[in-house]
Amino acid sequence: MATLFSRAVPLFARTARMAIRPGAGPQVRSHLFNSAQIRRLSDETRQAIDKAISSSPVVLFMKGTPEKPQCGFSRATVQILGLQGVDPKKFSAFNVLEDEELRSGIKEYSTWPTIPQLYINKEFIGGCDILVSMHQNGDLAELLEKEGVLAPAEESESASGTSSS
Amino acid sequence: MEINVSTLEESITKRLKVAHVEVQDMSGGCGQIFEAVIVSPEFKGKTTLARHRLVNNELKEEIAKVHAWTQKCYTEEEWEKKRSQDAVAST
Repeated sequence: MATLFSRAVPLFARTARMAIRPGAGPQVRSHLFNSAQIRRLSDETRQAIDKAISSSPVVLFMKGTPEKPQCGFSRATVQILGLQGVDPKKFSAFNVLEDEELRSGIKEYSTWPTIPQLYINKEFIGGCDILVSMHQNGDLAELLEKEGVLAPAEESESASGTSSS
Repeated sequence: MEINVSTLEESITKRLKVAHVEVQDMSGGCGQIFEAVIVSPEFKGKTTLARHRLVNNELKEEIAKVHAWTQKCYTEEEWEKKRSQDAVAST
């Protein structure tokens, strides 16, 4: 079974912690503020996200980790990427539950209101619904192949195209 | 404004040209998880991503307030085709 799940990437956690170190400035992360007020995207957060989406050809912002998703939509997305045979070496996942700045920042950055969010070669592809329908109609297989992110084919033919087992 | 199936359907109908809209509450009680089917001529010629962004834009406030949002956007032709396929499938 593909070891899609073996990479936990602390990259964002490191860079984001630098951004949210307490210091001068309003306490925008107080629980008294609603999400709309926390949403402003700071330069540090934007740069950290820029870096995150450049870290690998395939980047997924999700709830939980690929090994342990914390949400049905994130789980479904990870499963689809695994089924499609994405190369684990070309894949990174970031857990938005670990980091409130990331969780709200990525929504502003992508102008997309929900998690999970998939980027392929720095381009936003969509969330769970979009990936499910692309998976079902073959568009996802085509895109992954075109972007060169599939695991190298082994003796079995199941690397690309519809799942056969 | 309260967010529930009828207020969401109302907002969608008011802000988009819809032939058909169905919103379902998938939350099993907490009222925070919604799934929508939206049929509109405005989706013609747009990629799935563009369609979702269109809806997201019109429903920005509401989506931000709920916990989960799923949507399926069809043009009228796609919807008719899907309905006839579903009818065949379920006999």
